[in-house]
Amino acid sequence: MSAPPPPGAYLEGIGVLGPGMPSWPAAARVLRGETPWESVPTVLPAPQLLPPAERRRMGSLVRLTLAVGLEACAHAGADPAGLPAVFSSSGGDGQNCHEICQALASAERLISPTRFHNSVHNAAAGYWGIATHATPAANALCAHDASFGAGLLEAVCQVAAEQRRVLLIAYDANSPEPLFGVRPIPDAFAVALVLAPERSAAALARLALAFSAARADTLAPQALESLRRAIPAARSLPLLQRLARGGGGTVVLDYLEEPRLGVELSACL
Amino acid sequence: MRPLALSRFTATSALGCGLPATLAALHAGRSGLAPCAFESVTLDTCVGEVAGVDASALPPALSAEFDCRNNRLAWLGLNQDGFAQAVERAAGRYGRARLGIFLGTSTSGILETELAYRRRDPAGALPADFRYAGAHNSFSLAAFVRRALRLGGPAVVISSACSSSAKAFASARRAIETGVIDAALVGGVDSLCLTTLYGFHSLQLVSRTPCRPFDVARDGISIGEAAAFALLEPAAGSAAGSVLLLGTGESSDAYHMSSPPPDGAGARAAMQAALDDAGLTPADIDYVNFHGTGTPNNDEAEGRAVAGVLGAHLPGSSTKGATGHTLGAAGALEAVICALALQEGLMPGGVNTTQVDPALPVNYLRANRNAPLRRVISNSFGFGGTNCSLILGRAL
Repeated sequence: MSAPPPPGAYLEGIGVLGPGMPSWPAAARVLRGETPWESVPTVLPAPQLLPPAERRRMGSLVRLTLAVGLEACAHAGADPAGLPAVFSSSGGDGQNCHEICQALASAERLISPTRFHNSVHNAAAGYWGIATHATPAANALCAHDASFGAGLLEAVCQVAAEQRRVLLIAYDANSPEPLFGVRPIPDAFAVALVLAPERSAAALARLALAFSAARADTLAPQALESLRRAIPAARSLPLLQRLARGGGGTVVLDYLEEPRLGVELSACL
Repeated sequence: MRPLALSRFTATSALGCGLPATLAALHAGRSGLAPCAFESVTLDTCVGEVAGVDASALPPALSAEFDCRNNRLAWLGLNQDGFAQAVERAAGRYGRARLGIFLGTSTSGILETELAYRRRDPAGALPADFRYAGAHNSFSLAAFVRRALRLGGPAVVISSACSSSAKAFASARRAIETGVIDAALVGGVDSLCLTTLYGFHSLQLVSRTPCRPFDVARDGISIGEAAAFALLEPAAGSAAGSVLLLGTGESSDAYHMSSPPPDGAGARAAMQAALDDAGLTPADIDYVNFHGTGTPNNDEAEGRAVAGVLGAHLPGSSTKGATGHTLGAAGALEAVICALALQEGLMPGGVNTTQVDPALPVNYLRANRNAPLRRVISNSFGFGGTNCSLILGRAL
């Protein structure tokens, strides 16, 4: 029996938000080397889509994921309400987790209901649905440092198996102490990709996935490489760099310790 | 979709460790719920605690990295019913890198973090023995199972609250369908912790008595814990009577973080998607294993949704009165219970429920019913408005 061809998808839209990368166009300029990367904290925009009651309740991860998800959908010309979504995060909302653990270590053990329902790993996916009225499936994944690769794999499998557009949002954020001390993610970073089964006018590139034994691609300059290594969602940066440069070929991304994830890119422009 | 075989499956819950104990409890209509004596919890509630979790030691080589209650429960579960050996044989057939791991959990090893917070040093730092990746992180479960069973394929944790391990089946079947892997270890493990006990209490969703799904006097959930696993393989050549995964359906409510829309629109969409995926009609379904948490709103919305899609006459029950709500493990646990139901021709009656809510359009079974079953559906819904329905059937 011959092995099936590696699953693939057409990339139609990109969103990025991270330190020194306020948007995909800005990130692309940095990744092409046109402008130097500046180490400035991630700025999370205020979410306009959520009603005031929900805005008060949500954490920073919701602002982060809404920003990149909407940027990618706008780039692709896709209505977010119609897209299944794959959310992948290495750790979720550390601030909320800290507040709960702190409360549970106190004598009263009082948790607020909002804190509790925000503690689920799929909180960002839930608020995304409320904000965008998206009723298709939303997944919520975690694979520790491999979370970007796991999300990409799940999203491409969904595109290939169900023959429909899928939105991937991979995201991470910093936690307060003492969790920061055991998981020192320095800042928030998120990337969103709209992936489609068929080539359309919106297609930027085709990507096909295959497991790889090769070492993961690294970045120059060193500051960007440090960012890649420091934040699991930023393990996407070699892929984003190749996309920014418009090149094809294979990009190897960090995934599990073994294997890595190879992404074969061919530009559609 | 092409059907997949659940070529081996196992469950460990408050009903007991492994399938014989689970089946015996179902036949006897026994509940595993008991007054909560977990850790230092002082809440007036009942829980479905698994006996012997703390005594289930991890393999010595992995203990330092992965020891926590959730992984102990996972290891206890993997060692029932010859499941780990069946995985090993599958790894031999397909290759270790061709077997994927898709596991659901909502809280993983967070109990370790809750306890470590009590031991913070004067500067507020966590104790030196605290392990983030091996215990706290949601992926700890899949990382542990991958190492313990020496598998080399893709691995992921699905953590979408109470739909987590139902959705693991859907993700796994897509990865098999697209040829990324040949077979998958799917399942769910969730264990008792303070976050969920006190958290659901804060939402006033916890019953003081053993939960009574679909009862007119239902007043909340009972939290349980479980480890349930299945080995998913291509169904071609499955013997008659084998249990098959026929369809999966997923949807989002896009409504509210912790309550469903009253008409159960998201639940309807998930069940319809599962029917469409399986190429079946409502008349093809013989039994529904309700999500049936036992809260007034959830059961009402689900009852209306099931009646709307599958018909009010369809016999159904919730097994959470027996096991408690095992949260991220519920989807896999109830899929395994459905697999047993198919094999045994047993529709398990919902225990604890004494008077079915007459306002709900459901054919709720309070006592076991024996009848040959061809296809059954299992519902799992969760916070964040996440819904997943699985359809399982018997190979003809």
